[in-house]
Amino acid sequence: MYKTFRGGIHPKECKITEKSAIVDHEIPKVVCIPLIQHIGAPCDPIVKVGDKVKFGQKIGDSKSVVSAPVHASISGIVKAIEPRSYHLGKKIMAVIIEGDGKKEPVWKEKKSKVDPDEIIKIIREAGIVGLGGAMFPTHVKLSLPKDKKIDTVILNGCECEPYVTADHRLMLEKTDEIISGMRLIIQTVGAEKGIVAIESNKKDAIMIFRERLKKEKNITVIGVKTKYPQGAEKNLINAVCKRIVPMGGLPMDVGVLVDNVATAFAVHEAILLGKPLIERICTVTGEVGNPGNYRVRIGTMFSDLYKASGQAAKVLAGGPMMGLAQRWDVPVIKGNNAVLVLGKDMIDTSGYSTCIKCGRCVEVCPMRLMPNVLSVLGEKERFQKMDSFHISNCVECGCCTYVCPANRPIVQFIKLGKQMIRKNAKPK
Amino acid sequence: MQSQNELQRLVCSSSPHVRSGITIKKIMFAVVFSLLPAAGYGVYLFGMHALLLILSSIGMAVLTEFGLQKIFRMKVTASDGSAIITGLLLAMIIPPSAPLYVPIIGSFFAIAIVKLAFGGLGSNIFNPALAARAFLVASFPVAMTIWARPHVDGITGATPLGMLSESGMSAVLDHFKTKIAMYSAMFFGNTSGSLGETSALLLLVGGLFLIAIRVISWRIPAMFIGSVYLCSFLFGKDPLMAVLSGGVFLGAFFMATDYVSSPTTTIGQIIFGLGCGMLTVLIRELASYPEGVMFAILLMNCAVPLIDRFTKPKTLGQK
Repeated sequence: MYKTFRGGIHPKECKITEKSAIVDHEIPKVVCIPLIQHIGAPCDPIVKVGDKVKFGQKIGDSKSVVSAPVHASISGIVKAIEPRSYHLGKKIMAVIIEGDGKKEPVWKEKKSKVDPDEIIKIIREAGIVGLGGAMFPTHVKLSLPKDKKIDTVILNGCECEPYVTADHRLMLEKTDEIISGMRLIIQTVGAEKGIVAIESNKKDAIMIFRERLKKEKNITVIGVKTKYPQGAEKNLINAVCKRIVPMGGLPMDVGVLVDNVATAFAVHEAILLGKPLIERICTVTGEVGNPGNYRVRIGTMFSDLYKASGQAAKVLAGGPMMGLAQRWDVPVIKGNNAVLVLGKDMIDTSGYSTCIKCGRCVEVCPMRLMPNVLSVLGEKERFQKMDSFHISNCVECGCCTYVCPANRPIVQFIKLGKQMIRKNAKPK
Repeated sequence: MQSQNELQRLVCSSSPHVRSGITIKKIMFAVVFSLLPAAGYGVYLFGMHALLLILSSIGMAVLTEFGLQKIFRMKVTASDGSAIITGLLLAMIIPPSAPLYVPIIGSFFAIAIVKLAFGGLGSNIFNPALAARAFLVASFPVAMTIWARPHVDGITGATPLGMLSESGMSAVLDHFKTKIAMYSAMFFGNTSGSLGETSALLLLVGGLFLIAIRVISWRIPAMFIGSVYLCSFLFGKDPLMAVLSGGVFLGAFFMATDYVSSPTTTIGQIIFGLGCGMLTVLIRELASYPEGVMFAILLMNCAVPLIDRFTKPKTLGQK
């Protein structure tokens, strides 16, 4: 039996690229490195226009604790430091580098053994953030407050979003590196055991991890049911550990730390190879002429990744459930696991009608909220009242909107409500 | 880089970007489909007049919705199938010998007053078909209580519950000869009663179909029928006869499960089903009406906002 949580949905998987091995994407001539690719304070540029930068050189950093530096993903010259389009809509400062074709990196392989105390520092310098999409700086997550103790590290290999296969391929092709990164994380936080959680639709990945971890006593591989949002942190903890993270709390409140498999891989590369986070695996899929899993340099433009096939109607950073609609002139950033292009037939232009109270959204909500009530309150702009229905506990997975027969934009009303509550809370 | 023209004109919208494909229309037509066996059997039992009742009831319901929405310049939703269900359900819960004006007036009342006056689909408090039946019982007490016998034109008889209420169990047994014959007549539907409520078997088939395709959940019907069985037993009545008679199956599978007028929370649905069943038996045993399903569901409809409020689920991680 595969473990699971209550609620959730099973959308069509559409994992058309799951058999395509990872290939290096062509190195772009120009990259655009946004100075904020994480949750927290933006970096300040530490290079000037006209500077020569080397492959892997740090080009932005911040004195803030919650922040992560950014690095040059190609060798070349800084052409500009200016506001550019970004995933979240607003323009933000970015460093534009024009490549000179040189390939030798600035980093050197670490020969000596790494001091445990150094690990967190190296992770910070490498600019590692949560690569599952949250982009929370990993060094902050690993620096536990004194009163917290982690006993279990969960490695998240669920990849429950339809279409996306980047983590799946990484797990198949870089199994040992991921396990190595996981051991480093376990060691850093002083946990007793590790769990690798993989969805049942990736049986090959479950098998290969089971085989490689046969002799390991304190790391187990747990197959979890193929269901969206199985990879959502709190639901995954609930599924594999039977623990419940308190409302408004963090996984460390119940002694658990969850990291994505790609993050563990990046930790391995940073600690053992000295390599900063300058590339990631990105699935290019949907209505494209070149579907596949690519090793992409951070800062590569979406337009460079896309080869046309039919008419593109919508381009997403991420999967179809939580991905954000983009323009073509945005760069791939650290948390960007997929570029999904949807054709015209996937565009929904029909309107929505009133709630018929069928209760489907209540049944599928993984956070056990009442999305129907929240959507009606949002529609009527009664934002304060939404608080009493625990709007802040919503993870915005979109299951409610997915199942709604009235086609109501339920999670969209909730997102609006959250924003309005935040806005109203600010003193004017 | 592709040509500029092709790279422009992208749609921007908030996630999720895919939908399950289920629509109100699909749900409504699934319900209509699941009601057809029982309705068809009603026509077989009671003849052409029954078919006319069904058609005029559905016709009037759809026409009223379409007409009023046009007149008041509302969005026309007459094609979503919900008016068809209201019309069909209403026809199935009136006596098969009723004059044609009865379902026509009833459908108009159901759509115009019970549904649209409250704001249309999604905003009505009461189940439109049931509220309309209550209206008809009050307006046409004679026409609404004459029950044709199956396959016999012009001769009327009492429903099993009517007999039980007026002359007791011995009269019912006299009519059906044996207990087994009584059960089987009621299960297969060869008795007097409303147009579409007599055959428990066909209603069960339709109801289980709706549960199987996940249009309704098992909770309300199971709790409803279960509590009718248990409460009748506690009152010293034949519990099997109690669940097979009257509109219990029709009410439990098709009326009490109406999305709009039933609770959305899982615990709420259980409470609602139990309440409907208990009230049904209480009305049957203690009130002057032989049948209680209609008023039981209407009364529980009133309690839905309250039930929903008190059964609000605890969100994950809430203390």
